[in-house]
Amino acid sequence: MSVAAAIFITAGLFFFLVGVIGVLRLPDFYTRLHAAGKCDSLAAELVIVGVALYVLQDFNLGNTLVGMKILLIAVFVFIASPTATHALTKAALVAGVEPWKKGEKKS
Amino acid sequence: MKAKFATFVIMLVFWVVMSGMFDAFHFSLGVICCLLVAYFSSDLLFPAPAQPWLRELIGMFAYFPWLLWQIILANFQVAYLILHPQMLEKIDPHLFRFTSKLTRPIAKVAMAQSITLTPGTITVNIHEDQFAVYALTREAAESLPGEMEQRIAKALELER
Repeated sequence: MSVAAAIFITAGLFFFLVGVIGVLRLPDFYTRLHAAGKCDSLAAELVIVGVALYVLQDFNLGNTLVGMKILLIAVFVFIASPTATHALTKAALVAGVEPWKKGEKKS
Repeated sequence: MKAKFATFVIMLVFWVVMSGMFDAFHFSLGVICCLLVAYFSSDLLFPAPAQPWLRELIGMFAYFPWLLWQIILANFQVAYLILHPQMLEKIDPHLFRFTSKLTRPIAKVAMAQSITLTPGTITVNIHEDQFAVYALTREAAESLPGEMEQRIAKALELER
């Protein structure tokens, strides 16, 4: 059980790392949102599931409640993360942030 | 009445999970709060003209594993792009529009959330049945609406 938890958390950390590298490397606001908003949503889910598994390996009523709370966090992240990404993108478009075009220099 | 009772049960389960205390004092507090909430706001959870929420729930559960698999696949694609040394030649961000045949608001929201959850595409706007999507690559754009729309239509649309 703790091995499975470790695998989930490590995979989550890998995607967090990719997300951070993406934010640093991608050329403009919108493409950076792709990295920040998406890799993070999967990464956060993986870490949360990993933590839930780790808690549940010692199975009793109290830990089950904690595990259910952690999984509730996962559900809310799953709904909130794309909503926030969408709101940021739309706000930037309405405010007139220029998207990066292929062939331009990185801003 | 049925809606109020269902709201009460859901609220009480939520209370028990969140508090984790089962002594008479805390539990009766929870029961009182849940009764009040169920009495005043059950129409938020179950809107007045009855919705086929059970069918929606089953549909979402059937749809969810596929979405999860797509998210994982798409994450690997984006990870590959980001870590690629010639990243700037590989990506081609652009805004595109497509017309969806989904009619119910909840189906459109599910579609928009799914598009945003799968890396490489973000829903910018929905106007009537026009989706505006911001895509990271040409390939990510070409995959839409496609299979995702069909699956959501199957899960959430009423008539087929």
